[in-house]
Amino acid sequence: MIRMPSAGSYAAFLLAAWCLAPCGPLASATQAEPLAILGTTIHTMSGAAIENGIVIVADGKIQAVGSQDAIAIPPTARIIRAAVVTPGLIDAHCVIGVAGYLNQDQDQDQLDSTEPVQPELRAIDAYNPRERLVEWVRGFGITAIHTGHAPGALMSGQTMVVKTAGGTLEDAVILPAAMVSVTLGDGGRSPGDKKSPGTRSKSVAMLRGELLKGLEYQRKMADDDAEKRPAPDLRLEAIAAVLSGTWPMLVTADRATDIASALRVAEEFKIRIVLDSAAEAYLLTDMIRKAGVPVILHPTMRRAGTGETENVSFETAAKLRAAGIPVALQSGYENYVPKTRVVLFEAGVAAANGLSTEEALATVTIAAARILGVADRIGSLEPGKDADLALFDGDPFEYTTHCVGTVINGVVASEEPR
Amino acid sequence: MSPRARPNAPAVFRLLSIMLAAAAGWWFPAGIVVADERPLAFVGGTVIPILSPPITDGTVIVAGGRIVAVGPSATTPIPADAERISIAGRVVMPGLVDTHSHVGGGAGGDASSPVQPDVRILDSINVRDAGFRKCRAGGLTTLNIMPGSGHLVSGQTVYVKLRPADTIEELLYRGPNGAALVGLKMANGTNSQRDAPFPGTRGKSAAIVRQKFTAANEYRRKMADVDPAKRPPRDLEMEALVECLEGRRIVHHHSHRADDLMTVLRLREEFGLRVVLHHASEAWKVADQIADAKVPCSLIVLDSPGGKIEAMDVSLATGAILEKAGVACAFHTDDPVTDSRLFLRSAALAVRAGMSREKALEGVTLAGARMLDLDGRIGSLEPGKDADLVILSGDPLSSKTKVLQTWVEGKKVFDRDDPEDRLFAVGGWGGSRDQQAESCCAGRTR
Repeated sequence: MIRMPSAGSYAAFLLAAWCLAPCGPLASATQAEPLAILGTTIHTMSGAAIENGIVIVADGKIQAVGSQDAIAIPPTARIIRAAVVTPGLIDAHCVIGVAGYLNQDQDQDQLDSTEPVQPELRAIDAYNPRERLVEWVRGFGITAIHTGHAPGALMSGQTMVVKTAGGTLEDAVILPAAMVSVTLGDGGRSPGDKKSPGTRSKSVAMLRGELLKGLEYQRKMADDDAEKRPAPDLRLEAIAAVLSGTWPMLVTADRATDIASALRVAEEFKIRIVLDSAAEAYLLTDMIRKAGVPVILHPTMRRAGTGETENVSFETAAKLRAAGIPVALQSGYENYVPKTRVVLFEAGVAAANGLSTEEALATVTIAAARILGVADRIGSLEPGKDADLALFDGDPFEYTTHCVGTVINGVVASEEPR
Repeated sequence: MSPRARPNAPAVFRLLSIMLAAAAGWWFPAGIVVADERPLAFVGGTVIPILSPPITDGTVIVAGGRIVAVGPSATTPIPADAERISIAGRVVMPGLVDTHSHVGGGAGGDASSPVQPDVRILDSINVRDAGFRKCRAGGLTTLNIMPGSGHLVSGQTVYVKLRPADTIEELLYRGPNGAALVGLKMANGTNSQRDAPFPGTRGKSAAIVRQKFTAANEYRRKMADVDPAKRPPRDLEMEALVECLEGRRIVHHHSHRADDLMTVLRLREEFGLRVVLHHASEAWKVADQIADAKVPCSLIVLDSPGGKIEAMDVSLATGAILEKAGVACAFHTDDPVTDSRLFLRSAALAVRAGMSREKALEGVTLAGARMLDLDGRIGSLEPGKDADLVILSGDPLSSKTKVLQTWVEGKKVFDRDDPEDRLFAVGGWGGSRDQQAESCCAGRTR
């Protein structure tokens, strides 16, 4: 079933059209042969790793996980062996499928620059499940991505969580609307001299102004007298969804100044936020932990530019983890070559810079699933969860290891070693 | 005289060094510096000489900025006065050679013309750029710094050695006549297409290049006139192109698409150029043709295809396919496109896609040195070569491995145990700051 945002008139309104479409798992998934996946090491991410373990998959779901000694292989099951088995990997933030690999106008839908505030833009209206970059990351064990409107405008639009299964959007989507993307700092400035926001303070002022408008809209829409309610406004509906806690605000902020601003606004309006990118988060670990805000950290290998990212570090994931802050990793947004990063590689470099293998795996599995609000379905290998798995012929984080299988909804989606 | 020369170095040593350098017809600034220093013995680690199999308990002896011995510890005598440096549990290999980098903030040709062979990148490099420190943190010791893209000929490249430096002169490789060793940067495909006077099509691109080299041939003929009065006035553009026609300067040619690569091979044949194909995203489609032409490829390794039309079919397997076809392959960072600190990762990902370990490691060392005509001096651990070394914590192809130290001509230029060096290796607050004035010159400890 498609996970729906918790009830609210705006949500029903926004999603009415969406749910006229067929909802549910892939038809083929329910008909797929059962799988018995045997791993020398199975990282379940719901407990200690299992040596000589087995995962039984049927009807698109995980049926059993445990030791090969304790679990019988169903007679009809196809047996697949791998050195290392993990939950399907999750890329906690990217623009894959919304931004295409050609990098030409016709396949770039991650950012509309005509206005600085457009939270009504839906990721599902732009996502191409057949995009080659989706297939590319699927080959490396990535089974779900949090994708959508990119950083680059004060409020650029919505994001979504979708499986990399290809096929139709309806088959692949997990959360049709996950968060509202907000960018503070230099990246949120509007292009051009005269357009707002032109400064950091102006960005925050405009953001607060939009949230105030949303509060007013909420108040008026709650009027007992239907006649007195204002006409529906898609933009304000989206902001109201943030204010009511239905959707977190995904705040892209790299400099400590901007991270602090994001926390300040969140506190003022009592809204849920998720910090995105957060290059200088290591300077504010106490503040971030106390605010209870999770971080979807920039790609570990993000290049240090000038300004926003000049203080980026390979060790930030480890520092956030050590401070007790929930942290997931992302492949981020690239505007040239490579057109996307691969979050498996980013976690590998984090594993080489202070995170243990299990901790690094968490940043691309269960921790990511929790931050995205989809941990009931994906992120760990547990009975009842979606049968999304990644198979490797060695340590997943070694450069020379191959992903030898990707399973999505119980179906082998990729087997060519990558 | 090199500014690195120690004021207290015995005059006789300095004189001797200069005489030796003069006799060899080369100018070795570092040779002058270290003539009075103790030999170094890197003892008891895994030594990867590149040209021969790894030695599990090996020793490397360095003196006068050069390698003097490489071999098993058991059979490699250590000079009595040598400083012993234990590398037990570590790996030592040649300093890495990056055949295509943009470190240093330099800019080559401007927007005035598609062909600017007179423009030298060395005239625009900031040697205090933090990028150089990051290169040393990645184990890089030699770079080919290229002018940026966007032209058919965007200028002259420069080969640099990553010595500590306050001026570009201190970074240069120099030839027998003292001139800086440089290449010529060219490009084709969509890279150099734009509004006039730039070419609008591939055919026009090739025509402009053909016309320029034809003119250079004519210039060369006239300059050879026995009567100096009949020679044309000096033309810096033509001089640079003539050096390419005479094979004294290597053409480093950006090219992605298979048909564009073939166009480069055609022009090379026509004018007798020495060419290295750079990026070569679709070289895997014409591997046999490139092998037949005996033209080497310097590859970029990218995490995904796309980003521009020319990189649509870039493949991690290009190294493996070219190796099988018999094409000489090196890798490059194209820094900032990929991070110099992670250069070894490029070799490792090529191995992931089927290249041999040996050829992949050669691809970040000796193969690159050959593409710069520097293989007589660098790229492998052999007696007589420059003592450019990188000391690693483990397998060069492991994601877990760290660059611990980088040595250039027998001098340590990066040490991960040094907090400031470590900052540039892993990043963090101030980790991209250019070299500050106060750390220059008088305050330097190295």
